[in-house]
Amino acid sequence: MNAPLALLAELTHRCPLRCPYCSNPAELTRASAELTTAEWSRVFTEAAALGCLQTHLSGGEPTARRDIVDITAAAHQAGLYTNLITAGVLLDAALLSRLTAAGLDHVQLSVQDADTTNAENIGGMPGAHARKRTAAQLVREAGLPLTINAVVHRQNLHNLQAIIDLARAWGAARLEVAHVQYYGWALANRDALLPTRAQLDEATRIVNAARGELRIDYVVPDYHAHRPKPCMGGWGSRFLAVAPNGDVLPCHAAQSITGMVFPNIRDTSLHDAWHHAPAFNRFRGTAWMPAPCQGCERAEIDWGGCRCQAFALTGDAANTDPACALSPHHAVLADALEKAATNTFRYREFS
Amino acid sequence: MTPRFAPGVRLHHDHARDRWVVMAPERMFVPDDIALEVLRLIDGTRDTATIIDQLAEKFAAPRDIIATDVTAMLADLRSRGAIQ
Ligand code: SF4
Ligand code: SF4
Repeated sequence: MNAPLALLAELTHRCPLRCPYCSNPAELTRASAELTTAEWSRVFTEAAALGCLQTHLSGGEPTARRDIVDITAAAHQAGLYTNLITAGVLLDAALLSRLTAAGLDHVQLSVQDADTTNAENIGGMPGAHARKRTAAQLVREAGLPLTINAVVHRQNLHNLQAIIDLARAWGAARLEVAHVQYYGWALANRDALLPTRAQLDEATRIVNAARGELRIDYVVPDYHAHRPKPCMGGWGSRFLAVAPNGDVLPCHAAQSITGMVFPNIRDTSLHDAWHHAPAFNRFRGTAWMPAPCQGCERAEIDWGGCRCQAFALTGDAANTDPACALSPHHAVLADALEKAATNTFRYREFS
Repeated sequence: MTPRFAPGVRLHHDHARDRWVVMAPERMFVPDDIALEVLRLIDGTRDTATIIDQLAEKFAAPRDIIATDVTAMLADLRSRGAIQ
């Protein structure tokens, strides 16, 4: 069994923004149920011992936690490379200097669009865009490397070139252009978000043309593909996530698979969760695979695709990802593309 | 010229796998033995000539051979964005 390389620490589900494609689960954890500072500290120590080299401090909005500096320090002291994944709207100079002193290594800042009105319509928070611009400047002034993350979809793809220009103007060393992945909130909003084939091709062309000027990581949507995107080296192979309530997850979206039971850090160690929990072992390797994955030459390349997407679209996480043309369910993607035409969002909210 | 790590880049000992890794924003790589020798001498104060001298001495090898290797290695690390 491999040791994990990275820990996604979802510190909270609280967030001042309300992006309609948020990867948080439909049922959000409330503040009172969140892990304490001491519990996170234990998680970081155990993650480093297990083999993790880095942690992504994420959420929700990680800086919505009042102990974010202590949490960052704990991750750093455990020996982890620390990456803050933030919407930036709560960052000010004082907080950033305390985070830097605590050992923060890198900041990833999300932008919803380059156009202020559209960005704030997508994020659901007036005034957010200007605050993000300030946050980017503060990160640069602190001497920290900055990555801009832009989730792209039908409502903002027409501004992709402007988003790339924004990333350069704001001083990012790296840009992530990630097409929405459809489970949870994004699935509920799929009809408003799915790009057309023409939009996708144009986006890919723009990204490729800009690559000489900026380091760009590009995540493509697989609704238009014949083969699924690979699941991060396979389920339970390189990566684990801890949710705000302490659930230990093989994947950030795993809670979307209803019926799956996850170990919790409050009653187990990270080591035992990784090595022994049924949720981690369920889709490890290739033995669980159905036809047509079983024996397929790509079985250890894409690992049968995404378990979360298989569940979302076929009702069974053990099915071949329908993004694969060999899946008996492949037609559901074409149907979704045909249907996608509405423009209204259902914003994320606590139920 | 004095090489230094780019912001957010550092050399880190991976205890679990007993190896050294270069950690960078959203990426990591495992340097080969020669790269590791060079990386361990990059501290923002040693210039390239000093690094070459030290490695020539350490490996009791001709300075010009070491110089060729180190220059190529630094160019490679620079193109990967690991050093400046
Ligand atoms: S059949 Fe399964 S393993 Fe083969 S390409 Fe499709 S999803 Fe991947
Ligand atoms: S199961 Fe899907 S969402 Fe989860 S890590 Fe794999 S590809 Fe990503």
